[in-house]
Amino acid sequence: MKFLVCISNVPDTTTKITFTPDNKEFNKAGVQFVINPWDEYALTRAIELKEAAGSGTVTVLNVGEADTEPNIRKALAIGADDAIRVNAAPQDAYFVAEQIAAIAKEGAYDVILMGKESIDYNGFQVHGMVGEMLGIPTVAPAMKLDLSGNTATLEREIEGGKEIVSVNTPFVASCQQPMCEPRIPNMRGIMTARTKPLKVVEPVGEPARTAVAEFALPAKKQGVKLIDAENAGELIKLLRNEAKVI
Amino acid sequence: MSVLVVVECADGEVKKSSLEVASYGAEVAAMLGTTATAIAVGEATTANLATLGEQGISKVLYDAEPRLKDFVNNAYTKLIATATEQEQAKIIILANSNIGAAVGSRLSVRLKASLATNVVELPKTADGQFVVRRGAFSGKAFSDVVLSGDRKIIAVKKNSTEAKHEAGKTAEVTSFSAQLTDADFADAPTQVVMQDQAGGVLLPEADLVVSGGRGMKGPENWGLIEELAKALGAATACSKPVSDVDWRPHHEHVGQTGITVSPNLYIACGISGAIQHLAGVNSSKVIVVINKDPEAPFFKAADYGIVGDVFDVLPKLTAAVKALG
Ligand SMILES: Cc1cc2nc3c(=O)[nH]c(=O)nc-3n(C[C@H](O)[C@H](O)[C@H](O)COP(=O)(O)OP(=O)(O)OC[C@H]3O[C@@H](n4cnc5c(N)ncnc54)[C@H](O)[C@@H]3O)c2cc1C
Ligand SMILES: Cc1cc2nc3c(=O)[nH]c(=O)nc-3n(C[C@H](O)[C@H](O)[C@H](O)COP(=O)(O)OP(=O)(O)OC[C@H]3O[C@@H](n4cnc5c(N)ncnc54)[C@H](O)[C@@H]3O)c2cc1C
Repeated sequence: MKFLVCISNVPDTTTKITFTPDNKEFNKAGVQFVINPWDEYALTRAIELKEAAGSGTVTVLNVGEADTEPNIRKALAIGADDAIRVNAAPQDAYFVAEQIAAIAKEGAYDVILMGKESIDYNGFQVHGMVGEMLGIPTVAPAMKLDLSGNTATLEREIEGGKEIVSVNTPFVASCQQPMCEPRIPNMRGIMTARTKPLKVVEPVGEPARTAVAEFALPAKKQGVKLIDAENAGELIKLLRNEAKVI
Repeated sequence: MSVLVVVECADGEVKKSSLEVASYGAEVAAMLGTTATAIAVGEATTANLATLGEQGISKVLYDAEPRLKDFVNNAYTKLIATATEQEQAKIIILANSNIGAAVGSRLSVRLKASLATNVVELPKTADGQFVVRRGAFSGKAFSDVVLSGDRKIIAVKKNSTEAKHEAGKTAEVTSFSAQLTDADFADAPTQVVMQDQAGGVLLPEADLVVSGGRGMKGPENWGLIEELAKALGAATACSKPVSDVDWRPHHEHVGQTGITVSPNLYIACGISGAIQHLAGVNSSKVIVVINKDPEAPFFKAADYGIVGDVFDVLPKLTAAVKALG
């Protein structure tokens, strides 16, 4: 089984988000980038399934410029076998999906795993686009993934419940908890990651279909109105008469 | 040229988020001097679909194929693509739900359309550009995105726009067939399992949410959260560590790595307000924080707060809600 795991390179979850003075670009200064937290589920589950089968390969793929390589190496340290970086700034989801679809097709991957969404642009869309480009099913978001031969059984989250879906390879799935316990690199992994193959390829396809004109930050709160704990019932009156939400 | 709105139904009723989408679609149609047609998916009744007139929809297409009751990605995509061609729609509007976004992303490739998900406001059309504002950086920012091309797809975030109601207006409901075949249902679910909803309120659709964190001390104390939620008609939620240790089910976990909610009221009980938690809730209209530590960071993001012990405060709040009658 050939697994392709797509990882995006995102600001650490504790990052305070700021933009350049013209509000046109995300201010990267001093920001720590990490593997998108959802993608860690995809990576770990691919490694687990490969280990359980006793054969197969796990390839990680990132569409990004050279500064994403430390996180690609981290994915190799966690246990991927090799990596591909498409050498381009990821301009939008469509552009990224085209790159992933091209690599998936060329490498004839059986299982293409992604995270539920990228925590920077929160698109929740790359997986659907890739599935459509390749003419194969996408299961998103998946909470559980098991493989038996060429058939996968997945649990897909829907609002208020879940669906059990069964698909044959090749397919795309986007992963989220509680699929597995994401692994962290160990010393041996970090050592071997240095020599694992990382191939850099140039982008293909059509240009992006969307562009960010400007960023904005949410309006600041007015400040909290404190109610005495002894008089907690007062809060309910305020919610009805002042805030008018109940 | 028209606007096509995808309306999700369940148990015969139009989902609340789809009423918002219908209103949004009608407003976009008005901006562009055209009309809004809806295509219904899921289990619907003609009578309920006709009431979409109240949101400004003129016509509703409905395919009564029974296998469309549950979400089937390929079949839904083909259904909506066929309706798009029939109506010659240039703009397609869906809910930013697990269904809407999944179908929207496939459609964008099939119809060669530009796509914006997680959209929070009506589009702006100035200087020949079509711009939508969407949530980015997990609720920490917005980005204004220019959609190019002849066709555009917009997935609207729940609770970010209001559903309008013009009583008495009805939409014409027309049967529609996309001539779906067995092959279109190849990725149909083999089983659908719905959760037991405490009080019957679904978290992603909820207007009011009562949420508990580690300060609740243990699952045995969740009765306090559930009683307040029940009195208010609210859904229940929790912080990540609470679902990590299985005090509560995973689907209640809100935050950057859980679900994002934007209810009218979010009541946080014994939650410190870590940046990853705030990311999932900070677009709530009103935030109430109950925490015994006056320095808890959540108070900075709150509209109302009580510095106190949840075990003492929650029963008082429940009693006060009941007293409202
Ligand atoms: C400096 C910088 C600026 C950027 N500016 C923009 C911008 O202006 N507009 C914009 O839309 N995007 C921009 N991006 C790209 C963004 O990070 C995403 O890669 C891409 O847009 C998809 O985002 P999404 O939220 O739609 O993905 P989703 O659909 O939410 O992602 C789902 C899954 O797809 C996979 N995936 C996503 N992106 C990649 C990737 N790059 N490589 C490999 N796998 C991936 C992951 O598995 C992810 O979990 C920028 C990135 C950087 C670093
Ligand atoms: C990559 C990453 C992703 C994450 N994603 C998420 C996410 O999606 N959602 C999320 O919630 N967290 C997330 N976290 C975790 C987050 O950083 C915090 O650890 C978590 O939100 C804390 O949960 P809590 O507030 O319930 O617990 P704590 O931080 O332990 O806070 C408990 C609070 O309860 C108060 N308290 C205690 N007893 C009482 C009492 N009797 N009465 C009143 N108040 C009391 C305390 O003063 C304290 O403020 C993430 C972390 C990482 C690293």
